[in-house]
Amino acid sequence: MTDPDPESALDARPGLQKRTVYEMGTAPVSAEVGAAVFDVEHVDVRYGGNLAVRDISLRIPKGEITALIGPSGCGKSTLLRCLNRMNDLIDGASVEGSIFYHGENIYAPEVDPAEVRRRIGMVFQKPNPFAISIYDNVAFGPRLHGLKKGLDDRVEKALRQAALWDEVKDKLNDSGLALSGGQQQRLCIARAVALEPDVILMDEPASALDPISTLAIEDLMRQLRGHFSIVIVTHNMQQAARVSDRTAFFTVDMQKGIRVGELVEYDRTETIFTNAGDERTEAYITGRFG
Amino acid sequence: MSATLSPEREHLSLRTIDPYTRRRKQRSRFVRGLLLAAMVVAVIPLFLILIEVVRRGWPAMGWEFLTQVQPSGRTPGGGYVHGIIGTFYMVGFATLISVPVGILAAIYLVEYGRGPLTGIIRFFTDVMTGVPSVFVGLFIYALLVRQIGFGAFVGGLGLSVMMLPIIVRSSEEMLRLVPEDQRAASAGLGARKWQTIMKVVLPTAAPGLTTGAMLAVARAAGETAVLLLTALGSLQVVNQFQGQPIASITLLVYRGARQPFAEGQQRAWAGALFLMVMVLLLTLSARYISSRSRR
Ligand SMILES: Nc1ncnc2c1ncn2[C@@H]1O[C@H](COP(=O)(O)OP(=O)(O)OP(=O)(O)O)[C@@H](O)[C@H]1O
Ligand SMILES: [Mg+2]
Repeated sequence: MTDPDPESALDARPGLQKRTVYEMGTAPVSAEVGAAVFDVEHVDVRYGGNLAVRDISLRIPKGEITALIGPSGCGKSTLLRCLNRMNDLIDGASVEGSIFYHGENIYAPEVDPAEVRRRIGMVFQKPNPFAISIYDNVAFGPRLHGLKKGLDDRVEKALRQAALWDEVKDKLNDSGLALSGGQQQRLCIARAVALEPDVILMDEPASALDPISTLAIEDLMRQLRGHFSIVIVTHNMQQAARVSDRTAFFTVDMQKGIRVGELVEYDRTETIFTNAGDERTEAYITGRFG
Repeated sequence: MSATLSPEREHLSLRTIDPYTRRRKQRSRFVRGLLLAAMVVAVIPLFLILIEVVRRGWPAMGWEFLTQVQPSGRTPGGGYVHGIIGTFYMVGFATLISVPVGILAAIYLVEYGRGPLTGIIRFFTDVMTGVPSVFVGLFIYALLVRQIGFGAFVGGLGLSVMMLPIIVRSSEEMLRLVPEDQRAASAGLGARKWQTIMKVVLPTAAPGLTTGAMLAVARAAGETAVLLLTALGSLQVVNQFQGQPIASITLLVYRGARQPFAEGQQRAWAGALFLMVMVLLLTLSARYISSRSRR
């Protein structure tokens, strides 16, 4: 999927809007993002008419780990679900603005959301393996898309990438639900990885896990980094600091009694954590929030 | 609350009971007694029916009953094989129609249901559940029987009208029990809606769907009023699908019980026993399936 000349390729393909390049400095975006997987531009999300997040713009770099942090209700999960069109499944949710995935607007009318989700995998907050065998869980995605050749190898590779292979290689036919919570979450990661997606979105993937499983998942993310672009939502500041390359801080704006999520600051993680540009960011990170 | 936990408070024995607690305990005992009595009252008739049906039906039950047709006149012996065949024929046909249609309708309600059509379908299933079966029989009679005559086809059609709302309702509940995060997991892997339904929703709900269908079958097997106006009844084994009146166990029981001689009445009891055992088996296996799936 490398276009020699992205501009003309964009023009040639139907359904692709040329992206509007916003002026530097108008959007709270770190300037030095190189190759981007996502260009989020002026995204508003509404649930049943109520604005949930307002005017989010950011570039998410390729092959890196980007963390979304902020207080509860600021719209981290909402933004994450926009990135693979999972919001389409929620009644009354509507998304305005554009999200370019390698230059293609995933909200263009001709784009098939199922295809978007196939390329952009998702790991949910609560481990949600299917009530079928471990093997079938991992093979679910490939089978869905007719990738039946070399399925055994694909399953093994995915389980290895999710650092679960050694624990389950002798019981691939056991139910996925018979695993511990941390193992289930890694199974869900393997399930996503088996489709060889380009991006993996993780919504608080370790929030239901003990510290050891949490570290295992973090290790895993570091190993997957480079192979995949990862966007992770987390409430754990240390986790964001430990694993991510970039951090976006969101907050809830309380104007006229309406709570709306906004992006405050987005930069390299070390900058956010040591030298935040906005005092709200610093207050939140140091625990002096509110 | 913290005030009462002051360290100086003296210890009261756990056995001292204040008047309030005593009254509460008495009331609790009374309510429990009342519930028990209600339960016993509810179970007594069921139990009596069970005993009576076994006691009266057992003597006439046997190989002959299951394999022979009813003799004419005041003759002892013979059986209800024509009714058994008729019931299997019609209930089978009704199941073939109502299970797929009912489950598809439930899938529509749960997975696609938005807008006015959903409300309409749900309203009509509710109404249909409450329609007396003789009306259903009358409806089929007016609509079809007067044109194409009595038979297994119209009988089965009537039964399927009785089964349909039961299946739609129970399937709807079972499909709603499938956790939303399972659907999300599937969609997140790029599954289309129908793929999610086929590969995740239906397999997860399968035991529940089966249970609902079996209970509907049990209900149809015991249906009489609909068949009076559609199957009519017969004294022989009928293999014709439509155009010839056909027997059912319930119709034979209904007519047998009114025969003015003991032999006929005894066969009716045996027919009731047979039906009861069938329904019991269906219910038990439905329970077994749903309990096994819950593990
Ligand atoms: N399915 C939904 N229907 C209606 N409103 C929703 C829905 N999901 C989220 N919202 C609203 O959107 C806003 C942002 O919610 P979101 O779940 O994205 O926050 P979050 O940052 O992920 O919070 P948390 O850290 O608690 O998970 C909230 O005000 C919430 O009430
Ligand atoms: Mg969230």
